[in-house]
Amino acid sequence: MNKFLESATLLAGGALVTVELFLLSAILAIAMSVIAGLLRLAPSRIVRVATACYVEVFRGTSLVVQLFWLYFALPTLGISLEAFPVAILALGLCFGAYGSEVVRGAIRGVSSGQYEAATALNMGRWVRMRSVVFPQALALLLPPYTNILVQLLKSTAAASFITIPELAFRATSLNQVTFATVPIFASVLIVYFLISLAISQSMRILERRTGKWRGPVVVRAT
Amino acid sequence: MRFDFKFALEILPLLMKGAAMTVLVTFLAFALAIVGGLILALLRRAHRNLDRALRLPIEFIRSTPLLVQILFIYLGFPTVGIVLTAFQTGVLAMALHYSCYLSEIYRAGLEGVQRGQWDAATALNFNTLDRYRAIILPQMVPLVVPAAGNLLVYMFKDSPLLAAISLVELVFVASKIGAESFRYLEPMTLVGAIFLVMGLATARFVALLEGRLGATWIKR
Repeated sequence: MNKFLESATLLAGGALVTVELFLLSAILAIAMSVIAGLLRLAPSRIVRVATACYVEVFRGTSLVVQLFWLYFALPTLGISLEAFPVAILALGLCFGAYGSEVVRGAIRGVSSGQYEAATALNMGRWVRMRSVVFPQALALLLPPYTNILVQLLKSTAAASFITIPELAFRATSLNQVTFATVPIFASVLIVYFLISLAISQSMRILERRTGKWRGPVVVRAT
Repeated sequence: MRFDFKFALEILPLLMKGAAMTVLVTFLAFALAIVGGLILALLRRAHRNLDRALRLPIEFIRSTPLLVQILFIYLGFPTVGIVLTAFQTGVLAMALHYSCYLSEIYRAGLEGVQRGQWDAATALNFNTLDRYRAIILPQMVPLVVPAAGNLLVYMFKDSPLLAAISLVELVFVASKIGAESFRYLEPMTLVGAIFLVMGLATARFVALLEGRLGATWIKR
C-alpha cells in the first residue's frame, strides 16, 4: 500500500509539471499567435515575408526536432539553455506558429463592412483593430484555438525527450522500477484526458463569454 | 563552432536511411488509418447505440498524447502476451491515433454529401452497401482529401515520437550521430530541413490530387 502511495505521489508531481509546462508554453504560444497573426497582415512586405518564414519553419519541422535542436544544437552556437526553458520555448514557438494561422484566418473572417464602418467613424488603424476587429475575430478563433491548446497539452509529453520530469517521463521511469506497466500508463492516459477536458471546458466558458462579440451574419448574394 | 558542410555531406546518406524508415512507418500507418477511420465513421452512422459507444473511446484517444499511447502499446501489451516490435508498435499506435482523427473528417465528409444523393439512392432501391459504394463514397472522397492530406503532414511530424522506443527513424539516427560525434548542429539542422521538404512535397501532392478529384467526381 505504501508503495502504491509513493507511486501515486510521484505521478501527481509529474502531472503538476505537465500542467506548469502547459500553462507557461500556452502563454508564449498565445502571444506568438497574436503577434505573428497580426504581422502576417502587416502593410510592409518584408515583415510579412519574415513572419511567414517563422511560421513555415516551426510548422514544417517536427516539434521533437525543434526540442532536440534547441537543447543539443543551440549550445554549439554558444547559447546554452536549461531543459525547462527549452521545452517552453519549443512548445510556445511551435504552437504559436500553428495558432498564428488561426488568428490570421479569424481576422480575415471579420466582414469588410466592419472595417468600413470603423473607418467611417474616423477610427485610426490601432483603435479599429483593438475595439472593432479583434473582439469579433476573438469570437471566431476560440473554437479552433481549443484544438490547438489540446494539441499543445498532448505535445508536452514530448518534453520527456529532453529529460523533463513530467507525466510521461515519470511514467517511464516508474515503469522501470515497478513493472506495473498497464496500471501506470492507463492512469497517466486518464490524467491527460482529464486535463484536456478541463482545457476544452474552460475554453467553452470563454466562448460563451465572447459570444456577444460575434459579428453580424453576412448574407452574401449568390 | 560553425556549420560544417563537409560533415553534413558525410552523414547525409545515414540520415536518408532514417528518412526512408520515417516515410515507411508514416505511409503504412496512414494507409491503415484511412481504412480504420472509414470503418469507425460508418459504424457511428450505422446505429445510435454504436455511435454512443464509440464516442468516448474516440474522444479519449484523440485527447491523450500519442507518445504515451506508443509506450502503453510497446511496454504494456507484452504483459498480456502480445509482443510487438518497435516498427509494428509504431504503425499500430499511429494508425489507431489517426483513425480517430480521420473518422471525424469522414463524418464531416459524409454530412457534406448532398441530401438529395442519399434520397436518390434510396429511391432507386440501392441497398446499404451499394449506396455507399456507388453513390456516397465517391462523392465524399473529394470532400475529405484536403483534411486527410493535412493529417498525413501531421503524421510525418509525429513519427519522431517513435524514437522513444528506439525505432531507427530520422531523429533517432540524428541523435545517435550527435552522441557519437558530439556534433548535434549538422544532423539536427538537416533533419529539420528534411522534414520541411517532406511536408512541402506532401502538401504539393495533396493539392494536385485535390485538383484532379475535384474536376472529375464532384456532382453539384
